[in-house]
Amino acid sequence: MLDRRLIINFDWPTLVTAFLISCIGIFNIYSSTFPHGGTAAPLFLKQAYWLILGLGLVIFVLAFDYRTFVRYSYPFFLLCLLLLILVMAVGRTTSGSQRWLSMGFFSFQPSELTKIALILAMTRFFTEKEDPRGYGLRELGIPFLLLGLPILLIFKQPDLGTVILLLLIFTSILLFVGVRFKTWALLGAGVAAAIPILWIFLKEYQKNRLLTFLNPDLDPLRTGYHISQSKIAVGSGALFGKGFLKGTQSQLHFLPEQHTDFIFSVLAEEWGFAGCVFLLFLLLFLISRGVKIAKTSKDRAGATLAIGVTAMIFWQSFINVGMVVGILPVVGVPLPLVSYGGTALVTTLAGVALMMNVSMRRFMLSP
Amino acid sequence: MRLKLDKNLTPEISKAFLLANIIIIVAFSLIFSRLWYLQVLKGDYYRALSENNRIRIQEISAPRGTLFDRNEVPLVDSFPSFDVSLYRQDVPDMEALIRPLSRILSTPEEKIRSRLEAARGIPLHQPLKIKTNITREELAAVETRRLDLPGVVVDVVIRRNYPYKNLASHLIGYLGEISQKELEQEEFWNHKLGYLVGKYGIEKKFELDLMGENGGRQIEVNAMGHKIRVLGQAEPNPGNNLHLSLDLELQKVAEEAMAGKRGALVAMNPRNGDILAMVSKPDFDPNLFARGISAENWKSIVENPAHPLQNRTIQGQYPPGSVFKILVAMAGLEEKAITPETAFQCTGVHPFGDREYRCWNKEGHGWVSLRRAIVESCDVYFYQLGMRLGVNRIAKYASAAGLGDPTGFPLGLEKPGLVPTSSWKMKKFGIPWQAGENLAIAIGQGYNLATPLQIACTFSALFNGGNYYQPRIVQSIRAPHGESLREFPPLILRNIPVSSGTIEFVREALWGAVNSPSGTGIKARVEGFSVAGKTGTSQVVQKKEGKSEPTSPDLQDHAWFACFAPSHHPEITVVVLVEHGGGGGTTAAPVARQVLEFYYQQLKRPPSSPAHIAAQPTPARLDEG
Repeated sequence: MLDRRLIINFDWPTLVTAFLISCIGIFNIYSSTFPHGGTAAPLFLKQAYWLILGLGLVIFVLAFDYRTFVRYSYPFFLLCLLLLILVMAVGRTTSGSQRWLSMGFFSFQPSELTKIALILAMTRFFTEKEDPRGYGLRELGIPFLLLGLPILLIFKQPDLGTVILLLLIFTSILLFVGVRFKTWALLGAGVAAAIPILWIFLKEYQKNRLLTFLNPDLDPLRTGYHISQSKIAVGSGALFGKGFLKGTQSQLHFLPEQHTDFIFSVLAEEWGFAGCVFLLFLLLFLISRGVKIAKTSKDRAGATLAIGVTAMIFWQSFINVGMVVGILPVVGVPLPLVSYGGTALVTTLAGVALMMNVSMRRFMLSP
Repeated sequence: MRLKLDKNLTPEISKAFLLANIIIIVAFSLIFSRLWYLQVLKGDYYRALSENNRIRIQEISAPRGTLFDRNEVPLVDSFPSFDVSLYRQDVPDMEALIRPLSRILSTPEEKIRSRLEAARGIPLHQPLKIKTNITREELAAVETRRLDLPGVVVDVVIRRNYPYKNLASHLIGYLGEISQKELEQEEFWNHKLGYLVGKYGIEKKFELDLMGENGGRQIEVNAMGHKIRVLGQAEPNPGNNLHLSLDLELQKVAEEAMAGKRGALVAMNPRNGDILAMVSKPDFDPNLFARGISAENWKSIVENPAHPLQNRTIQGQYPPGSVFKILVAMAGLEEKAITPETAFQCTGVHPFGDREYRCWNKEGHGWVSLRRAIVESCDVYFYQLGMRLGVNRIAKYASAAGLGDPTGFPLGLEKPGLVPTSSWKMKKFGIPWQAGENLAIAIGQGYNLATPLQIACTFSALFNGGNYYQPRIVQSIRAPHGESLREFPPLILRNIPVSSGTIEFVREALWGAVNSPSGTGIKARVEGFSVAGKTGTSQVVQKKEGKSEPTSPDLQDHAWFACFAPSHHPEITVVVLVEHGGGGGTTAAPVARQVLEFYYQQLKRPPSSPAHIAAQPTPARLDEG
């Protein structure tokens, strides 16, 4: 099974980039949770363990042909749905949202896993049901089911960020598999019509929450306050930053989520514009590798898979950084590979490994 | 970014890749230009903001919901108070601050230090309450010395006030500073150290309804901590109002009648379970807690041997004494152990085994039938009846009438009382039931225990037609502008299976106990109002020789009186217990009379006669209740 060509074509640039980004993440978690008191293991160390685990997973994913994973994607998808239901039943609640499964010494977030499950399941569907005329609404029934079920469960938690991400990943894949223009128009019209209807059914507090997402000034005490603090943190970093562990905003712990969703503000404060550009270029490189892998893939499964993973990394990066710098509403989306969170790190690394898998096996296609 | 397209791609897919590349480039350009703007163009501005000072949240406290009595009279109000908080990040030298602060606020330095120690885990930018409700003089001192007190801020906070002080204090409860344990609870996610929350009574039970939601201002302050401008404001949401079943005027009369005594009083509407008045003495002033209770005050309350924090109406368990006889009488009639005509001879003493069981009346009652046994509370009659029935048949009726189980009082903390049976005793002590114990049980002594509220609920249920209502204290919760959010309709928990013939017989006998010259409850008589009731005297220690003169007030008997009026169609049930009060007829009955008299005057009802009841004891009429 281990072909010489696999070693020759090993995608070192992608792996090294992903590893570098993860290390930047650990450094910033170190800073944002400083000082590390208490008896529990410091979070940056936990994240390092997760990174080692993730690298092991990368080797595992690379050992098999990616089409094997695509073949088992439906059972995997069902497993994810079951885990999401389990979360609802016995999940751990933190700050009002129920999204964690406690597994003894660590917690686990099934909604993260669902992103990969959706990408794999859609890959399988669009590989098996190829339609050269382009898909119409009727043919898209199963994909909508694949999207709708997890979205309903995750919306209940509630985790609006992941819901939005799944929608974006779904739409991005549709863009590439070929959907008829008429269908796009219908979908667009459908979404536009659904929004006011949904709005009527929402409760007053739900409406307020959504409005706050769009306009944080409506909640100056929490979301709006976080935005102000985040902007000050980012801006005060100036060109070269205040230096490692020297960020006054970060070290005063203004932001409750500064090691997870707002980690970019810590980087921006301590490393300045230069540091931001460095990290963003690494992310951009990873994304463009993904686009290239999709483009050069010799089969439909590989291309769809690479598109899905790339879309996941891109949208997550854009929404997260956009939120931290105050140009996008605050939805809880982690920065891929950088934010603290074991499940998210391992899932993203698994996605990167799938991309590499497609890239490595592009010259040895045998159906 | 490479835009050149591979040859083998279809035109559609090529277009998709082009679109994807455009989206990626636009997105990253947006972020880069935003970062350029924030970090390079405005970098100095934000650097200054982050160094000199910061954006802060200034809280606007939400007014707590009000409690209203049944006639919409507010039972609580509020007053503005001044709290001193500390922004630790603005304090260059904490040691140099603690001394002047301690002097100005007349708070020991150690107290400030322990406060700082407790707040170690809280981010430095969050304000820390140092002292609540400072005096005007302290306020003036802080304001004039502001420049020497960096990081010290005075907030205006709306505080709870209890204008009627000790009135219904066990029901209303009190507030206290939120504890670390409470802070970790999910429902208090919105709370911070230093907040006041309900700790007892209604204030605690309905905390989430009453608390409302604090608002605040996001402000920009300068290096001195002074406000430069307001960046955003969220108005506080006031808490919701509770509408209680309590009748303030009746409560005042009940408090007055119980003044100086130790015990409990419950007045309720037997037709729906509404608590009209509830008194437990001794009591406390909830204002002491709301203003931050001093160590001495707290000590004097907690260490008081009379336990003023105990709500005796639901937590005091006492032997019901002769009040219990009505259940024994009902058991006797229902089980056909006796008829109303059955007579026993009372010589003032009843020998059984090697002991002599005495009647309270040393002279003896002579031959007594059931009615007279109830009216004059003859113990010997009930000794004989108790022997005929046995403990388990008595327990059957006592349990069916609601004794031995919590009443479902909505504020919780309730004690269940006790209805003993032979199997209960075997399980508890491993000793079989002794025949002599039947005698004690029959007059409500022995293992029997009941709370005053239980007796009130049982009396209400027996004489309202058999419906046992859950006691109701909160009728509805309403939003500040009056919209009803939650209603608590009357709730029937069970029906009491006693025939109406038996009930009517006992009802008439209880009328006699208050209204006939030989009745034990004559001191509860209200001219024009047909009161029916039963006295009770529960022994604190088993006395070997009947009524000996007690040497210490703590060994005196507890006095009971349970009554309802008007007797044929009750609208109010009153139960009084006076701890160590002596005889029920002499101590408890006059207390009940004051409440009934006031109630009657308030209503100015036409009087009703007992002849009237005897003529029409139809169940249909009773079912109206």
